[in-house]
Amino acid sequence: MRYLPLTDDDRRAMLDVIGAASVDDLFRDVPRAAWNAANPDLPDHAGEIEVERALAAIARKNLDCGAAPCFLGAGAYRHHTPAALDYLIQRGEFLTAYTPYQPEVSQGTLQTLFEFQTQVALITGMDVANASMYDGATACAEAAAMAARITKRKRILVSGSVHPHYASVTATQLQFTGLEVEVLPPDPLAMEDLLGRVDEDLACLIVQTPGFFGHLRDVTGLADALHEMGALLVVAVAEPLSLGLITPPGAMGADIVVAEGQSMATPPSFGGPGVGLFATRSKYVRQMPGRLCGETVDVDGRRGYVLTLSTREQHIRREKATSNICTNSGLIALAFSIHMTLLGEAGFTRLAEINHARAVDLAGRLGQIKGVRVLPPTFFNEFAVTLPKPAAEVVEALAARGILGGVPVSRFHPTYPELVEVMLVAATEMNTDADVDALVDALKEIL
Amino acid sequence: MVDTITGNQALQIEQPLIFEQNEPGRTAVDLPAPTVQEDRLGTLRRKTPVGLPGLSEPQVVRHYTRLSQKNYGIDSVFYPLGSCTMKHNPRLNEKMARLPGFADIHPFQPDSTVQGALELMDTLAHWLKELTGMPAVALSPAAGAHGELCGLMAIRAALEARGDARKVVLVPESAHGTNPATAATCGYEVESIPGDGNGRVSLAGLKDKLGPHVAAFMITNPNTCGLFEGEIVEISQAVHDAGALVYMDGANYNAIMGRVKVADLGIDAMHINLHKTFSTPHGGGGPGSGPTVLSDALAPFAPLPFVVHGPDGFRMVEHARDAGEGQQPFGRMKGFHGQFGVFVRALSYMMSMGKDGLAQASGDAVLNANYLHARLKGSLSASYEGPVMHEALFDDRFLKDTGVSTLDFAKAMIDEGFHPMTMYFPLVVHGALLMEPTETESKQTLDAFCDTLLALADKARAGDAADWFKSAPRHTPRRRLDEAQAARKPVLRWSPPSEG
Amino acid sequence: MSQMYFTEDHEWLSVEGETAIVGITDYAQQQLGDVVFIELPDEGKDLVQGGQAAVVESVKAASEVYSPVSGTVTAVNADLEGAPALVNEDAMGAGWFFAVAMIDPTELDNLMDQDGYDAFVAGLE
Repeated sequence: MRYLPLTDDDRRAMLDVIGAASVDDLFRDVPRAAWNAANPDLPDHAGEIEVERALAAIARKNLDCGAAPCFLGAGAYRHHTPAALDYLIQRGEFLTAYTPYQPEVSQGTLQTLFEFQTQVALITGMDVANASMYDGATACAEAAAMAARITKRKRILVSGSVHPHYASVTATQLQFTGLEVEVLPPDPLAMEDLLGRVDEDLACLIVQTPGFFGHLRDVTGLADALHEMGALLVVAVAEPLSLGLITPPGAMGADIVVAEGQSMATPPSFGGPGVGLFATRSKYVRQMPGRLCGETVDVDGRRGYVLTLSTREQHIRREKATSNICTNSGLIALAFSIHMTLLGEAGFTRLAEINHARAVDLAGRLGQIKGVRVLPPTFFNEFAVTLPKPAAEVVEALAARGILGGVPVSRFHPTYPELVEVMLVAATEMNTDADVDALVDALKEIL
Repeated sequence: MVDTITGNQALQIEQPLIFEQNEPGRTAVDLPAPTVQEDRLGTLRRKTPVGLPGLSEPQVVRHYTRLSQKNYGIDSVFYPLGSCTMKHNPRLNEKMARLPGFADIHPFQPDSTVQGALELMDTLAHWLKELTGMPAVALSPAAGAHGELCGLMAIRAALEARGDARKVVLVPESAHGTNPATAATCGYEVESIPGDGNGRVSLAGLKDKLGPHVAAFMITNPNTCGLFEGEIVEISQAVHDAGALVYMDGANYNAIMGRVKVADLGIDAMHINLHKTFSTPHGGGGPGSGPTVLSDALAPFAPLPFVVHGPDGFRMVEHARDAGEGQQPFGRMKGFHGQFGVFVRALSYMMSMGKDGLAQASGDAVLNANYLHARLKGSLSASYEGPVMHEALFDDRFLKDTGVSTLDFAKAMIDEGFHPMTMYFPLVVHGALLMEPTETESKQTLDAFCDTLLALADKARAGDAADWFKSAPRHTPRRRLDEAQAARKPVLRWSPPSEG
Repeated sequence: MSQMYFTEDHEWLSVEGETAIVGITDYAQQQLGDVVFIELPDEGKDLVQGGQAAVVESVKAASEVYSPVSGTVTAVNADLEGAPALVNEDAMGAGWFFAVAMIDPTELDNLMDQDGYDAFVAGLE
């Protein structure tokens, strides 16, 4: 077996040193009732050729986005990743290292985390960021819990603009903590009254911009109203590329910004793994969840990096920790950081412009189809449209024509009849003019 | 201290931050100019630069290549980090995860276009259920601690469904910190269970604490001392008799996979770290994946989403109303459908190993740990008698009166080309040194490691070497770092010089 | 003239009239190592004897500091925010934590004096 170095001679020699008769003998503490009782219904070992063949056959049963015009978003976006990115994250010293607990032999990981934290702070317009969370949805739940700790209040309000997965993960994760999570109904027209719901019991309001249905939101007034009441503003971002073109939440008064970093880091990979970005104001740093990397010096006075403020974390604070998170999303954070470094200011802002221009063009084209209406007046690279037919049916019909045309909102909100005909459509630099033509032509036929 | 003009030492090259290599306007990507048209941004066009530095592709490649060379990884060195299962990460896993049919599929494609993805999740679930003998598995938890939360939430949902509000979760004092932190995240008070003095849970001590207020007992097995909790069946029985449920922390499942049917241990839930047991890379801190197997009592409460198989093929269930009769999912733990890319890697490993290979791997992992234990116990102080399972625990009695601490000893190992073992954990012994070799190390490597540790122990005991140990490591890109300064005056990001 | 008292959790208390100044002992700071952060109570907060009043953190540990007496916090040592190392340098003086207006002087009967504390610490080693 190719991953196991020991030979039978090795095993015999080692058992002699140990003084045991057999390997099974080393398991003598295991109750006999559970010993080898499993004769699992599973195959024996296989070579690379067989495994590759079997998995490739499964992979071929999927329609991959490279083989179809793809306009899917709803929190997971498909962008081009430069070839250097995948090479660099596969360097074994990054890929096969553990969490950098021994800083003398982890300066590579630690410096990249320090750079990642800085990049996240810069794009969100915040003071500090942590070394990553699992994903955007869990980061959102952690932000709500953090706001409750800071304000010592129990009520969390989630706007209907927030991605339904972020909202439901937040409600799930906090359901047994004594905090109250109120999730407002989906808000396709950005009509909800948030200001009227701000009061002195509120720990935080969570909004998303660009919103789930596409709207861009100026949250400055909300932030002021919340702060006046002693509450915090949490802003979720599902498409971090938007921050290359639109005003960042930090400039609008956000106290905590959470984001899903997948779009700038890794292919969609059926939704995971991604990477949760988490940024806040300096004054709240000790209430943050997750690992933090900080700058210091070594005994020779040379600049270096370490994990720091660890007393917030579970391995020290145990049941009083700010979160139970341990493993985070280190390698995807590295991928995010490398991509941001490859893009730089010029590339990041231009890529954002290209995405927006592509989406504006697509919205114009779709809006000309009879019965199709683009809902949000402002958006970045994704927007909701209403169709004259149930969106789920339209999406299936498009798929039958080899087009991944959009995401039906009913997939998230099956109990809202008014959303049955709403579809989310995203456009990125990966979409060609031919893709847009194909979608427009197919929709004309179907509708 | 280095004596070169540059501060570099051959392969170890000083590397500034990306922000210090900035040339405005430079970029490593060539993108077309956007088509100019009216924007749809309203008033929200960004008014200030982001502040990202500009580098070219060769600079970026060199930057990260040099930084990578400042890391120890499994690919380059023996990494016996206890409780972390640093086994070889096969590259086949990476190749499979990058097949376009896996990497380039979107989580919200119609089910009809992702039958392969759903089949892969169903197949992974089959392997996990067959190996453990447990009837159900929740695939979506993102890591071990997230799996713990899944298990405890299922327990709490099940108890509340029967109208039984219990307040306390019991955790052994030797437990990993995530256990009490998870219980607190689930709204429970935590009470600690003492050990029996031999590195295991005290059944009598546990029974004393059990009562109608106890919701669950969390037990790591094999435990953090590297020992199997031989009374686990009696423990599960006692917990169930008290009306509570058993969460088994499966962080150390690598020791028993393919050999022990955990369902027969009487447990109700256990997470499995795909990034440890099933060889997917740690990546400097993640991503992980923590599928959680559930007993019949907890299966109805499994979180959304999950895959079902029907007449028209596979289907993703994303809402409670579609979950089927009797199912009462406690909610959703994660965006999208779980760590799919990690699932592909883990299944690639499982198929490569097969059931025979997985059993051989757990046997070799235990053999390797016992070999370290046997070779070192005459010189280092083994905390407990063997046989051990997948890891061997030592404490600092062998360093008594030498002036050398566990930390100093570990740092000296770095200069010898080994990653240190886990230090100062578990907390139940003084100055812990916890070594987990895994099954993917050769006897030659283990012998070289043991020879080195025995020589270091002799050096420590010979006296006069305390300063030598305290100044280690000496051959690393940085030597010991000032962690107190980092915490007292946190500098958590780069700032432009003008901002101080 | 102030009077010194000590607790088994290694807090010290310097009492003058109805005001008590509280800190952690030199033994405690040695056990903790480099102190990096202290979370102090807000002025005006009511404390009960034995209740949590502050948290002191080193790089690898966080320890709760309990109030040795009941009363209201009248002052906190603002210098500790910028210079937590004061606790290591002068635990019994400049590294004080907070001052309390005591409400029940009989609580002092539950505490140790210097000799009692020295013997208590000797017993720990």
